[in-house]
Amino acid sequence: MSKPLKQIHLAAHFPGVNNTTVWSDPAAGSQIDFSSFVHLARTAERAKFDFLFLAEGLRLREQGSQIYDLDVVGRPDTFTILAALAAVTDRLGLAGTINSTFNEPYEVARQFASLDHLSAGRAAWNVVTSWDEFTGQNFRRGGFLAEEDRYERAKQFLTAAQVLFDSWRGDEIVADKESGAFLADPDVGRFQHRVSQFDIAGQFNVPRSPQGRPVIFQAGDSEEGREFAASSADAIFSRYGTLEAGRAFYTDVKDRLARYGRSRDELLILPAATFVLGDTDADAQEKAALIRRQQVSGQTAIKFLEQLWNRDLSDHDPDGPLPEIDPLVGENTIAKGRASVRMNRDPLEVARQWRELAAAKNLSTREVIIEVTGRQSFIGTPAKVAEALNEFVQTDASDGFILAPHLTPGGIDEFADTVVPLLQERGVFRTEYVGTTLRDHLGLAAPRNRTRDENENRAEERAAS
Amino acid sequence: MSHPESALHLAVALDGTGWHPAAWRLPDARPEGLFTAAYWADLVAEAERGLLDFVTIEDSLGLQSSAAFEPDRRTDQVRGRLDAVLTAARIAPLSRHIGLVPTATVTHTEPFHISKAIATLDFVSSGRGGVRVQVSGRPHEAELFGRRTLPRFTLADLQRPEVQTQVAELFDEAAEYVEVLRRLWDSWEDDAEIRDVATGRFVDREKLHYIDFEGTAFSVKGPSITPRPPQGQPLVTALAHQSIPYRLVARSTDLGFITPHDADDARAIVGEIRAEQSAAGRSDQTVHIFGDLLVFLDDTPGAAAARRDRLDELAGTALSSDAEVFTGTAADLADLLLEWQRAGLTGFRLRPATLPYDLEQITRRLVPELQRRGAFRTGYEADTLRGLLGLPRPESRYAAAASNSASAAASV
Repeated sequence: MSKPLKQIHLAAHFPGVNNTTVWSDPAAGSQIDFSSFVHLARTAERAKFDFLFLAEGLRLREQGSQIYDLDVVGRPDTFTILAALAAVTDRLGLAGTINSTFNEPYEVARQFASLDHLSAGRAAWNVVTSWDEFTGQNFRRGGFLAEEDRYERAKQFLTAAQVLFDSWRGDEIVADKESGAFLADPDVGRFQHRVSQFDIAGQFNVPRSPQGRPVIFQAGDSEEGREFAASSADAIFSRYGTLEAGRAFYTDVKDRLARYGRSRDELLILPAATFVLGDTDADAQEKAALIRRQQVSGQTAIKFLEQLWNRDLSDHDPDGPLPEIDPLVGENTIAKGRASVRMNRDPLEVARQWRELAAAKNLSTREVIIEVTGRQSFIGTPAKVAEALNEFVQTDASDGFILAPHLTPGGIDEFADTVVPLLQERGVFRTEYVGTTLRDHLGLAAPRNRTRDENENRAEERAAS
Repeated sequence: MSHPESALHLAVALDGTGWHPAAWRLPDARPEGLFTAAYWADLVAEAERGLLDFVTIEDSLGLQSSAAFEPDRRTDQVRGRLDAVLTAARIAPLSRHIGLVPTATVTHTEPFHISKAIATLDFVSSGRGGVRVQVSGRPHEAELFGRRTLPRFTLADLQRPEVQTQVAELFDEAAEYVEVLRRLWDSWEDDAEIRDVATGRFVDREKLHYIDFEGTAFSVKGPSITPRPPQGQPLVTALAHQSIPYRLVARSTDLGFITPHDADDARAIVGEIRAEQSAAGRSDQTVHIFGDLLVFLDDTPGAAAARRDRLDELAGTALSSDAEVFTGTAADLADLLLEWQRAGLTGFRLRPATLPYDLEQITRRLVPELQRRGAFRTGYEADTLRGLLGLPRPESRYAAAASNSASAAASV
């Protein structure tokens, strides 16, 4: 007997602040007008996607002590845009990144619980961390964290938020007009959370929300990040890899669940993925190459080179070979607020690899940058892309994808119209929403209310003794 | 002209099931709807049918309390509320003309976050966003954040010098907060996004500005991550009951809510605020001063008073409020509003005692009455909240500074 087909989960990432978003294309629209968000959200909902995903930024990136000006820049507030999108959609999940370093748990828990009420159970929180002083300069905490403390704060932040989400059981509002009892209990929402990073107490003032608590996403694939996800997240937002790398990651993370008493279904692996569709595979390849050149202009190539080289290379010719001089090792003084800076821990080694690549393929600087700054994950005809996506999911390299289109706001229109119907024909993607909440779409059970469980256990113990 | 210069402005303050603590017990009250979007959408739609300038949405970080500075452990009143900024955003796409002014507590939140949230509210409402900044001196709300402790005091302590010092510090911090909001909104010039394919530049970085704010309570580098919102500066408002907060209204806001108890009282407060406004060098700017009134409206004065009495009976105590409580007919209220307007108020924020009843009395009785007297608009005359209030769209201070220095250079 053959294994039943896994169902694919799909989400749409609003194209954001990075050089994968092509703003120079005539079809590129506004990255800030609400109509752009409405278009993407309604397309995703029409295609029965699980959710829309919104990234966040808390400081404009800089390079050479100047604001980086080559990429799309400028984005809305996560909570506010998701709340507004709840008004123009009915079923689509609404997932947003909120940083655990430059926020406070009481406020964030209040905002997510409110969003879950206002969307009738469609909220999701992508918990991210940061630690840098650069971003901290926009916040009253002023400070920042030692890098080693960031996951500690993130864990304590998430735990604190969950204590707050669970501080209402869900049955406290009686609103009995006859008797005049509005609340069943004057101590609703009572909490106290005293740990190394937080010392908070009082009463939470948002009643239990439709999902109990929002769906929790975790992004990033460091060792600590994987462990954090295995212990605390409902889904992990990973990076795309090859099938083999995807399977290894998938197995590794899913294997970690057992030690937290969780089953393999309780954490979904959803890598970000890009795609280019064409009438033929050759047509798609040609479009992909054109998009890559739009994504990496000569100016962008030089800026990218500077991020690794940690030097001013503004005089370097992007159409010439890589610089002969080596990268400057040590603290990166050139680029601020970029993930790539943190990922390239050994710039000399990376430069060596790039030089080998350039020599082997006879590539100019710009061509090297085009090669190394990623590629389109899925390129081909709709049939070929549908096949590839499905293979990833059926062979346990992922549970689905968060699709990041390169165009705002129409970047998933073609996917919705051509690839989705093929996945539906194969029986691996829903044709209608079954439930109403994001937890329903993701097949996640309603969360246990830990506070209530503990209270009931204690009550049972007392009764037994 | 649909809206003569002398016409007054009208807002309603939405909170729970209305401002009487027993309002939730009336047959038409929807206490079970308080945590749904539909409830708030219906109320805002009604306010918009009445052509009101804007609605405010009350909020607090902690659980509501009948006591001024501490929890009350009561179970017979509405408790629990949703974040007001998110509620306003949720309603924005469902309304067209009316302004949306949620409350934000500034004592414990980050100006960087609230700045982009209100800018985004302005984007999703196409220029109808604002904020009511609220100070919290409540020790139990400080404990929710655990970052600072505030001394416990009661209403009776309020005039003591050390308490006044504490209050002044909180309001000075609020003034700094508003300054940061405004600078962040200005930190992107309107035309900062250039999309210049030839040079590969998406933005002109000369039109993005660090605000470099250094205050006593916090410092913020900037620029905002959100581009300049449609109104340039969304509306900033505050509620004020005494001199220290009047100063915040005069120095920092576009609109203040005050709580006078008669026309002379209104005249005196307006005078105090105008003097502070002048001292702050803002005489050339319009700062609206709205009177707050808690209202019971009915066909006869007796019927309105009887409704209040009935609710007081359900509550077990007589209604007390910081604002004057009005009971009477829509015509009586129109008389009072026009009298107080002559004392210098430019508008009113009415707090409906019960929802939806008193809101409907405002939109369906009071508004037509004022229109008959030529004192209220008969159609929305502008697309933005600033437009409705007759406020100009300000230029970014940084753009103004740049063009001033450019013209100075040209004249040398």
